[in-house]
Amino acid sequence: MQRIGVFVCHCGTNIAATVDVKAVAEALGHEPGVVISQDYQYMCSESGQELVKSAIREQKLTGVVICSCSPRMHENTFRKAAASAGLNPYLVEIANIREQCSWIHKDIATATDKAIILGKAAVAKVHLNTPLSSMESPVVKRALVIGGGIAGIQTALDIAEAGFDVDIVEKQPTIGGKMAQIDKTFPTLDCAACILTPKMVEASQNEHITIHSFSEVADVKGFVGNFTVKIKKKARYVDETKCTGCGLCTEKCPMKKVPNEFNMGLDNRSAVYIPFAQAVPKVATIDPNYCMMLRSGKCGVCSKVCSAGAIDYKQQDTFIEQKYGAIVVATGFNPINLDKYDEFAYNQCPDVVTSLELERLMNAAGPNGGTLLRPSDKSHPHTIVFVQCVGSRCDDEKGKPYCSKICCMYTAKHAMLIREKYPDTEVYVFYIDVRTPGKNFDEFYRRAVEQYNVHYIKGMVGKVTPKSDGKIDVQASDLLANEQLHIDADMVVLAAAIEPDKTARPLATMLTTQMDTNDFFTEAHPKLRPVESATAGIFLSGACQGPKDIPETVAQGSAAAAKAIGLLCKNSITCNPCVAHSDELMCNGCSSCEKVCPYGAITYIDKEFRMPDRTTKVRRVASVNPAVCQGCGACTVACPSGAMDLSGFSNSQIMAEVDAICK
Amino acid sequence: MQEAMIKRAKELLADGSVDRVIGWKRGEFAYDITPAVFTSAEELEHDFVFDDFTAANVSKYLVKETAKEGKILAFLKPCDTYSFNQLIKEHRIDREKVYVVGIPGGPKLDIEKIKAKGITGVLSVKNEDYTLKIETLYGEETMPFSEAVLDKCASCKSKKHVAYDELIGEDGDVLESNRFDMVEKLENMTAQERFDFWRGQLSKCIRCNACRNVCPACTCENCVFDNPKSGIDNKAAADSFEENMFHIIRAFHVAGRCTDCGECSRVCPQHIPLHLLNRKFIKDINELYGEYQAGADTTSRAPLTDYTKDDCEPSVVHERGVE
Repeated sequence: MQRIGVFVCHCGTNIAATVDVKAVAEALGHEPGVVISQDYQYMCSESGQELVKSAIREQKLTGVVICSCSPRMHENTFRKAAASAGLNPYLVEIANIREQCSWIHKDIATATDKAIILGKAAVAKVHLNTPLSSMESPVVKRALVIGGGIAGIQTALDIAEAGFDVDIVEKQPTIGGKMAQIDKTFPTLDCAACILTPKMVEASQNEHITIHSFSEVADVKGFVGNFTVKIKKKARYVDETKCTGCGLCTEKCPMKKVPNEFNMGLDNRSAVYIPFAQAVPKVATIDPNYCMMLRSGKCGVCSKVCSAGAIDYKQQDTFIEQKYGAIVVATGFNPINLDKYDEFAYNQCPDVVTSLELERLMNAAGPNGGTLLRPSDKSHPHTIVFVQCVGSRCDDEKGKPYCSKICCMYTAKHAMLIREKYPDTEVYVFYIDVRTPGKNFDEFYRRAVEQYNVHYIKGMVGKVTPKSDGKIDVQASDLLANEQLHIDADMVVLAAAIEPDKTARPLATMLTTQMDTNDFFTEAHPKLRPVESATAGIFLSGACQGPKDIPETVAQGSAAAAKAIGLLCKNSITCNPCVAHSDELMCNGCSSCEKVCPYGAITYIDKEFRMPDRTTKVRRVASVNPAVCQGCGACTVACPSGAMDLSGFSNSQIMAEVDAICK
Repeated sequence: MQEAMIKRAKELLADGSVDRVIGWKRGEFAYDITPAVFTSAEELEHDFVFDDFTAANVSKYLVKETAKEGKILAFLKPCDTYSFNQLIKEHRIDREKVYVVGIPGGPKLDIEKIKAKGITGVLSVKNEDYTLKIETLYGEETMPFSEAVLDKCASCKSKKHVAYDELIGEDGDVLESNRFDMVEKLENMTAQERFDFWRGQLSKCIRCNACRNVCPACTCENCVFDNPKSGIDNKAAADSFEENMFHIIRAFHVAGRCTDCGECSRVCPQHIPLHLLNRKFIKDINELYGEYQAGADTTSRAPLTDYTKDDCEPSVVHERGVE
């Protein structure tokens, strides 16, 4: 015989102002099995919890229903309270009469009726609740960081600092990411390389950190605490262990007409290359698309000049497999492709550049040795127009709906640096609004306007037209002066929107994590769990989760590290017991559940069954790994025979709730 | 055709490629054809039938047959190969244990349509140049072949074999069929008209389970209608609401997996057009998630158990249900 206690919370006036809580307690007191039904001002308070605990002890309750706020808020509070009073925590049910009732209704009678119905559903469910106990699963004390930009480096350094081994997988030949390409950083204008490269070196020297450069994640299996990851080390045709990074091969390589991606294609590199002087690891890589030896078997110069004998034209992709307890995603961002923006003539005119290209043009290691010259004729530009929000905050298909966040600040930086170095240059910035939330950000922007006399004009550029005299006609509107402008510019700089790296989407599939419609990774909770993904053991670092500047990226990188360390510190983890299980006698082995499982928790085993006639029969049946299952219930719906069921949310419990609501 | 099939079956039995053959044999009446398993050349010679009444889809039998030792030869018509593929996809048939010989499809005949012409006591039916010569206890009758064709064959979706190890005869093409015409007609009814139509049809159900038992998508180890834990077992007889729900639940269970083989309606002793429920699902899936033919292959992901960013919003589905 069930003995159920019902506890109705006022939540101050949050619930009590719209729901007649006394009437709810009274009505639920008459439900079958309910032996005590009370209301109280703040059920989550110490005294409220004591009310529940003493009722469990005195009334010998077999189930508890709390009518209160969302279970996301206090379900754990009441489960713990029940456990301390000797009741299995999974015999507690929450009826959400706040978010789903009092907050959305105005009429007391309606809200009270609905609260009673929600309470009845919870009572009906708790009748079928069974005690559940959590399992433990061991934790592999090693972390994987995917992406070796500043986010990944920071995360790896912090995890290593805590004494755990950590591997960085970076798809480029060197770590460093976008920050390595940036010239100066806002709002302090210190050199990006000067603050990044020490961290890169630190990462390479740390005994706990292994860097897999020019590598990709090929496959991920397993679950929190126990991931098995296959890493593809792409053939770089150079033996990493032998190469000393002397760079002689890059000098002697006869194939020098390869667009240099590190300088955004603004100059050329050789077919065997080291991306930049401070690359980590400082190891040469042969580009098979351009290397004459690899393409036609004729050349071999690099091999001849290499005194270390590191060149290996026969190198193949290799795979390594490693176990990890935690995975941090730090795949970063890229500027969007501007091919569709004909109005800005990006594809027609070399002097129309993106902001990242401008970074390289101004950088001492860039194509012009740090002197700002027009790409077309290497002349000094005297009028430069910056266009903000190219593809950001865009409602059409071409761009992105979100604000890329970093453009306002880096444009102020660019404008200021140009005015500082070349005071004879006029700088115009066309903006929709200037967004500068951040420490010392608005001061920085105001310095650009007030101290450096950068012309900030509110309005968008409509058309950029290259002219025959080498100038560029920029047609724009000044919304404050309400006039149309034509500016004769020498260069136009487009603040292209940023988007997540293209490798993020397939990676999300492998990791069974969620992404939003813009392919940014989704955090477990936008406010309260910002660096965790919804998949246990997968953490998010940097711009892969949303547009971020460097300080924010570093902060999030460290936060993700802290979360990963928190996991790695444990010898074992407690699993959520509300997981799916299959009734093997009913399972057909049809794979429907496996196909819909977003976590890869379901596998199939061939199992021997005893038949009535004393024979045995081998059948293919589903098997759920309870450590991987997140309890989403997709499998229970997909299962045609009803063999799949979810503990704590069983089919019969849900049907009982529906019946209670429909009665 | 029958001779060619028997000859090939005997060859494959003789050389040990297979040790059983699934085909059809005659029941009590000439038109009363049922699937049967043959293990010897003699049985084949004596009982094996392939004629205008061999409409039964033998794919489902392979679930049990391939669980046994040895290899079986299955003669599959084009429509049967779709069911076959779907069962392969669901891991219900062990492909290694079947040797599939593709054979030409229908149109097959519906004895009920012959009887409906008042022709009774049928002894044999011969197709002579698309005129049926029907020998009965009371003398010979004739009727046009086209008037006796099974409904499922009249709206045939494909003459193409989507799975086979070898073919006897030529392979055909996927056809432009009119199979959704009646569904469209039902969609255009008012809710009340549609409700009345289905009440009228479903109230004829005697809950014999023939539709479920013949359905190649219904191969569950333990059917929900036989499972006391499901909460819906054996309720059909209780009231008319449950009786209607039986077919609707069944249609939901096979949605996205039904290949539209039409066996449910063919075997229904009450002539309920059950395939229309399934076709409504197929039509909706095609319209909402893009063209999809269950069983056309063994690897594609069914729209209802797959998610893509292009999937329609649930509200779209909802709006269609409102008058």
